[in-house]
Amino acid sequence: MMQKEDMGMRKAKGGLGVALMALSVSAWAVPERWQLNMTPGVTATSQDVFQLHMLILWICVAIGIVVFGAMFYAMIKFRKSKGAVPATWSHNTTAEIIWTVIPVLILLGMAWPATQTLVRMADTGDADMTVKITGYQWKWRYEYLGEDVKFMSSLSRAADEARQLGSGIDPNSVENYLLDVDRPLVVPTNTKIRFVITADDVIHAWWVPALGWKQDAIPGFINEAWTEIEEPGTYRGQCAELCGKDHGFMPIVVVAKPRAEFDAWLAEQKAANAPATDAVVQAPAPTKS
Amino acid sequence: MGQATASSNAYYVPHASVWPIVGSVALFLLMSGAATLLNGGSGMGLLKFWLGFAILIFMFFGWFGAVIKESLQGLYNSQVDVSFRMGMVWFIFSEVMFFAAFFGALYYARIFSIPWLGGEGDGFATNQLLHQGYEAAWPTNGPDNVGGFFETIPAWGIPLLNTLLLLTSGLTITLAHWALKVGQRGALIFWMSATIVLGIIFLYWQAYEYVHAYQDLGLTLGSGIYGSTFFMLTGFHGLHVTLGTIMLIVILFRCMAGHFTKENHFAFEAVAWYWHFVDVVWLGLFVFVYVL
Amino acid sequence: MATYATTDHHEDHDHKPSGFFERWFMSTNHKDIGTLYLVFSLIMFFIGGAMALVIRAELFQPGLQLVEPDFFNSMTTVHALVMIFGAVMPAFVGLANWMIPMMVGAPDMALPRMNNWSFWIMPFAFALLLSTLFMEGGAPAGGWTLYPPLSIQGGNNVAFVIFAVHMMGISSIMGAINIIATILNMRAPGMDLLKMPVFVWTWLITAFLLIAVMPVLAGAVTMLLTDKFFGTSFFSAAGGGDPVMFQHIFWFFGHPEVYIMILPAFGIVSEIIPTFSRKPLFGYQAMVYATASIAFLSFIVWAHHMFTVGMPLGGQLFFMYATMLIAVPTGVKVFNWVATMWRGSMTFETPMLFAVGFVILFTIGGFSGLMLAIVPADFQYHDTYFVVAHFHYVLVTGAIFSIMAAVYYWLPKWTGRMYNETLGKWHFWLSTITVNILFFPQHFLGLAGMPRRIPDYNPAFADFNVISSVGGFAFGITQLLFAWIVIDCCLRKRGAKATSGVWESAKGLEWTLASPAPYHSFTTPPKIDDRMLAHGDVSH
Ligand code: HEA
Ligand code: HEA
Ligand code: CUA
Ligand SMILES: [Cu+2]
Repeated sequence: MMQKEDMGMRKAKGGLGVALMALSVSAWAVPERWQLNMTPGVTATSQDVFQLHMLILWICVAIGIVVFGAMFYAMIKFRKSKGAVPATWSHNTTAEIIWTVIPVLILLGMAWPATQTLVRMADTGDADMTVKITGYQWKWRYEYLGEDVKFMSSLSRAADEARQLGSGIDPNSVENYLLDVDRPLVVPTNTKIRFVITADDVIHAWWVPALGWKQDAIPGFINEAWTEIEEPGTYRGQCAELCGKDHGFMPIVVVAKPRAEFDAWLAEQKAANAPATDAVVQAPAPTKS
Repeated sequence: MGQATASSNAYYVPHASVWPIVGSVALFLLMSGAATLLNGGSGMGLLKFWLGFAILIFMFFGWFGAVIKESLQGLYNSQVDVSFRMGMVWFIFSEVMFFAAFFGALYYARIFSIPWLGGEGDGFATNQLLHQGYEAAWPTNGPDNVGGFFETIPAWGIPLLNTLLLLTSGLTITLAHWALKVGQRGALIFWMSATIVLGIIFLYWQAYEYVHAYQDLGLTLGSGIYGSTFFMLTGFHGLHVTLGTIMLIVILFRCMAGHFTKENHFAFEAVAWYWHFVDVVWLGLFVFVYVL
Repeated sequence: MATYATTDHHEDHDHKPSGFFERWFMSTNHKDIGTLYLVFSLIMFFIGGAMALVIRAELFQPGLQLVEPDFFNSMTTVHALVMIFGAVMPAFVGLANWMIPMMVGAPDMALPRMNNWSFWIMPFAFALLLSTLFMEGGAPAGGWTLYPPLSIQGGNNVAFVIFAVHMMGISSIMGAINIIATILNMRAPGMDLLKMPVFVWTWLITAFLLIAVMPVLAGAVTMLLTDKFFGTSFFSAAGGGDPVMFQHIFWFFGHPEVYIMILPAFGIVSEIIPTFSRKPLFGYQAMVYATASIAFLSFIVWAHHMFTVGMPLGGQLFFMYATMLIAVPTGVKVFNWVATMWRGSMTFETPMLFAVGFVILFTIGGFSGLMLAIVPADFQYHDTYFVVAHFHYVLVTGAIFSIMAAVYYWLPKWTGRMYNETLGKWHFWLSTITVNILFFPQHFLGLAGMPRRIPDYNPAFADFNVISSVGGFAFGITQLLFAWIVIDCCLRKRGAKATSGVWESAKGLEWTLASPAPYHSFTTPPKIDDRMLAHGDVSH
């Protein structure tokens, strides 16, 4: 699908710097070979998170350069073989105060944007629609609350065959191996969508990297999260909490469509909603979106 | 083995001892027997379990026997005594933390999970979508009424009585200690016996209460979170009272055998500390499990 | 504080016990028990490592080639349990056994018989744990964190694992009690608390952490047991409980646990760096206070492992801030080590190489830890290989490297012989290179979106997994070299005879004893000479 991004992505293997540049390139649908860094994703939230990530990363790199730099300088300069004579001092109050206070300040600098982003992410109010997500061993169930549309979503058949021990099928030959499902979650773009997330058996976690967050699905409890996707596209993720033997095999696919297309899709689903929606799930996966 | 005389100032380092390895084998048998039993195995499991148990008891007799003998020989100087005291204090601290886990579970359930399930605070959607009609309350056996209807044990009956019993026993053991310190053997034995009797009465009422809960009140381990926290907390406490009582009995015999002097009676004190600890835990239980 | 004269009472018994069984199974000697711990730890390291290699072999390529997913999960779970409870913790306890009595001027540990029990419980606990590998239904496969409801879905293994954890807990608590009693009660006259070597200090605080949290773990797994077998509802919403409650209790143990695995490492490095810098440790008191602060903070940060469970916002913010604060005392430590090297006169024997490697690589692991503490970013990092990379940096290049440094540093003291320095250097360089090949690419995998605890993955993740696996096998093989060096030194005794000081500028009581150290460390309490202390000037 998102072929046009591939070029931008390839370059990303050049280094972290390139990934920063790639901010302008949107839509980060699937992981790329040799990918080094997180992607900025396709929501305002995910971009905030990405920037936060880059900020703390570079701060750590900078501190690392200073600390390791001093250390290597010492190791090169003050060797016995170069005739270094050891000093005898063993403390220095000024230095100790400095290297206690400066880290505190740096931490404040990190905590501030982190707090802001977090507060924004926590606000699930004013959503235009709500999707209920339920984790099962080992598939997902989506329910469009108030719309009477619900279905199961599990690993695509091709991948399921290839992933068996000794299947003889080369995973490279399966498109989106382990990242494809029979029925993806379809959502509208530019709409604040609230998710209510739970599980039926054990704990799972719903995670699509391009959306910028993951949230655990806890049996008996509802967790809330929200997203507002800017770019139409197909975004892939996986269950992110160990949930038993097929934890590695319960992917998530989100297809974001412009509002009109989404409405049409929803109407279609409702129409097809004759007798049992869940029965559709059992049928072989018909379409790939 | 030790060659030291009572006057020696040395820190006593015992020589090779077989008891630790015996104890390890015992624990291994006990635990793997218990696990086998839980998994539904019977013969082998029972055998391992009881064999382990028996060896463990044997080990305690042997080990403590050796310690008592060394102590009577005067091999322990006051520094050794301090090591023993530290050992006991930190052991009791570890027990406190063990109970803390269960108290933590109780508080967590009452402060967080039950209100959430009932729709308070962040739990609005939880209640609305998953547990409609469930209202946060305590006691509770959860949205699914796990274990069915049950009643609780009122705090002001047997539990209050038990509180008074344990508090009194705290007093009697202190009197016994005082008697020991002033060298009144008769009073010592009397107060020790009184403490033991109080402990046994406590255990009797506790057992009575359990039977009552299971037979008449419908309150069991399976009565949702209330039953779980109730029985785990009171149950582990009861187990500790049982152990404490056994320890007191042993100490009583040692008092009668004249093992302790006015100055030197660490074993007595250790058991007294333990008893006070059990006492304090009970006060916590009484307040948080029964009253509140 | 009591410091009485400590003389050995059994003059006629000053030689080692004669029989093999008596010496190794019935021991009351801190050195023999220390040796038992260390040997046990090495064996466990290899067993846990072999499991890691199964993991790395399966992850070598996309697709399932070698093992079923369930077995893969068992490998992950048991690998972690073996490494944490079987390799790292016993190694530190073994070092404590060997060194603390010598460092504080005591004849032995305070409670020698119990010491032996602490050790001998361990092999039996692991026999219980590892026996599940051969059971119907297999070994536990729910992760070392044992989260319910998944963990209690396991079959026969559940009860065994829980009882094994109970036994490990009993062992650790007794070990810790012994260490505290030794440190507080057995110091030679004049060895004031603030003159103790930093290793002793870090262990004192670690022991306190152990006693505080091991019982909590015992409580947590006991609740798992009753939830599975006795119908309780602690972790089930239906009965009013909460699966997340387990996580809170577990991590109340689990976070201090990770510092249990690093504080003694800080102590070791704080002994080694001054020796090879020929300069007193910089900021001794600051080091002690930093250790105490880290220990204190470790009790109030546990929920940073649970940012995605749906905690209220206030909780997330609190745990984020508290976690970030840990960087400050840890930073003090790192800066003090660098300051110790500054203007020193350094040489780089193997212990120093590992110590320097520790400082750098642990700090890298600390940085990624700090990144994980930032809640919104952790929403992305959580349960990915980024986390796996983080904790292997602090555990393998942290804890394990420090243990290796300690072994090289004190081996001549234990055996009376020098180890093969050339091979030691080889061991360091090969380890350092391969361990980075092994774990550094895992940062990229995590950031690119590879979840942890999966046996198979999208081909996009293949390249870095190949690199990581190659690094893993190379690192593993390198450790055979370590085993050889140790065996060579202990059994073949080819190396040069070690002097009592061993290293040119080693300071501290342990270096006043002969090498190999006599069977009973200090039969008469030593006189404390302030200039002999590792941190030199103790006036401030
Ligand atoms: C020895 C073990 C050890 C140590 C020491 C640490 C140290 C730290 N850890 Fe780590 N951690 C683990 C072992 C350890 N960890 C394990 C095993 C897990 C995973 C468990 C599981 O899920 O299975 C884990 C997971 C883990 C998580 C959860 C991740 C997730 O699952 O989403 C987090 C989140 O906050 C975290 C944070 C930290 C922090 C902030 C530190 C800090 O202590 C680090 C402090 C150090 C530094 C920061 C570097 C030196 C400092 C300076 C040079 C000063 C200046 C620096 C700054 C101002 C930035 N760790
Ligand atoms: C101190 C703790 C410790 C240590 C030392 C290690 C060491 C290693 N770890 Fe471990 N690891 C953990 C603690 C530790 N780990 C934890 C807590 C987890 C999380 C578990 C969970 O998710 O629940 C984990 C998970 C974990 C994973 C993720 C698994 C998953 O998510 O599915 C991986 C994957 O690469 C891994 C790899 C390794 C490797 C290659 C080593 C190497 O450093 C090991 C090197 C040593 C050897 C290889 C031994 C040498 C042996 C030989 C050379 C020959 C073999 C011998 C015989 C056959 C007799 N570990
Ligand atoms: Cu569902 Cu992992
Ligand atoms: Cu932590």
